[in-house]
Amino acid sequence: MRRLIAAAAVAAAGLGAARWAAARGRMPVSARDPLAAGRWLGVTINRPPEEVAPGERLPEPLTRVDAEVRMNRAPGGRGTELYARPRGRTARAEGALTRLRGEDSRTAVRTALREAKSLLETGDVLRSDEEIATTRPTLPGKVLDLALGRASEGGRL
Amino acid sequence: MKAVCWQGVNELSVERVPDPAILNAQDAIVKVTASTTCGSDLHLLGGHIPAMRAGDVIGHEFLGEIVETGPEVTRHRPGDRVVVCSIIGCGRCWSCRHGDWSLCENSNPNPGITDLMWGGSTAGIFGYSHAMGGFRGSHAEYVRVPFADHNAFTVPEGVSDMDAVFASDAVPTGWMGADLGGVRPGDVVAVWGCGGVGQMAARAAMLLGAERVVAIDRYPERLAMTTRHVGCEVVDYTTTDVVSELRERTGGRGPDVCIEAVGMEADSTGLQRVYDGVKQRLRLEQDRPAAVREAIHACRKGGSVFVLGVFAGFVDKFPLGALMNKGLTLRGAQQHGQRYIPKLLELIGRGDLKPSHLATHTMTLDEGPRGYDLFRNKKDGCVRAVFRPWI
Repeated sequence: MRRLIAAAAVAAAGLGAARWAAARGRMPVSARDPLAAGRWLGVTINRPPEEVAPGERLPEPLTRVDAEVRMNRAPGGRGTELYARPRGRTARAEGALTRLRGEDSRTAVRTALREAKSLLETGDVLRSDEEIATTRPTLPGKVLDLALGRASEGGRL
Repeated sequence: MKAVCWQGVNELSVERVPDPAILNAQDAIVKVTASTTCGSDLHLLGGHIPAMRAGDVIGHEFLGEIVETGPEVTRHRPGDRVVVCSIIGCGRCWSCRHGDWSLCENSNPNPGITDLMWGGSTAGIFGYSHAMGGFRGSHAEYVRVPFADHNAFTVPEGVSDMDAVFASDAVPTGWMGADLGGVRPGDVVAVWGCGGVGQMAARAAMLLGAERVVAIDRYPERLAMTTRHVGCEVVDYTTTDVVSELRERTGGRGPDVCIEAVGMEADSTGLQRVYDGVKQRLRLEQDRPAAVREAIHACRKGGSVFVLGVFAGFVDKFPLGALMNKGLTLRGAQQHGQRYIPKLLELIGRGDLKPSHLATHTMTLDEGPRGYDLFRNKKDGCVRAVFRPWI
């Protein structure tokens, strides 16, 4: 635990120093993505467009979210690029806290896209053995739980 | 059922845990008949892969008998004796279709962690942390096998359990290193590490036509085993300067293909050993890459280096200059086992591959913690401890 606190303190001090230096114009900062809130989330599905949306019917997971959807044939015979983004998006991307609380509207769209891909490619969405737990609660486990809590909703799309 | 569980850094115990269940229609339940320790488990044990929870079942290299199948499993039925690939693939995404099974896009239910760490999510792996999907491991009486039609392979009659179990991971991983490392007839190949994977990589290089194969380690019993069972040359890096030795054995060129089969806890000698050890303990360097550095330095100009050992994060003092200026090709991967296992079972059946010698210790599941103590500390000449839950 002491090691964890020390590491957190070092990380916080480092971040603080970086912000201070950046604020004083001594260090270039990485740009915030001004388009973050409106970017399309994309997933490439190893199926042709006519199977992804037969008769223009969207894959079922995408019907459960309020999202704009578009698609095109992927280059190189890679199937279909399927894109979605929340409708009525906010001007700024939702913050880390919102994501941790599971209230980020982009999270639901990301999950729907990933499930659509899995259903179309494999006919199923794989479940984790975590559903029948063998683990017991520990303090380091709590920290891990914070990271793992939203891990199923992440992933590049 | 009984299972070997991770309880904390360097702490294992045998516990009673709930039986696995069919969760997806393409699952099968396998009664584990043999499950072996693997060097990559040591990274979990040592806390170098920080995505383990107390109580997680470990183990990923195994053989067993199918006892139950989901309604959509078509290629297997109860009673089949199967070896199961340690990497879980869906068999139908673009990566699986192109043979890159460890990059499967549908088999990791927790893609957020590896995506954050590496900029892309990877396949699920049995018993290999929640970053790899949170699947239970195989050091147990039973294990659930997702996408069973694609990940379980019927073992031919005549192939022994002790040969077949290594077709789950050590044999295909070694084979992949030689295959994707680009070994061609006439090549000189050097392999760092004489554990199970390193020995299998050396054997694969020979079967792919390499003219000379040199394996490197420091444990006399492993070097002797490699000489006896693989039949290649060996070098002890504690008594020999490896780069100079390889130059001398190759007319000054260096090996055409260098295969690193050691991983993130590579040992080394001299100042480098102290440097990496201190940095890793202070968490200033996640992985110790001594063998990778040496492979890059030893490799001939224009040659190929393949990283088979498991790495998780960041390394220090990586010789990028040597890589670039010598025109090397560097590749790495978790094993794409499904691509090779059917062919490897054939080779084992014909006697061209015989990995059973790796099983230096056979024991019950109850002896799991002792097996890992022998394995981790290289006691009693242990190369692999194989657990047999039902014997």
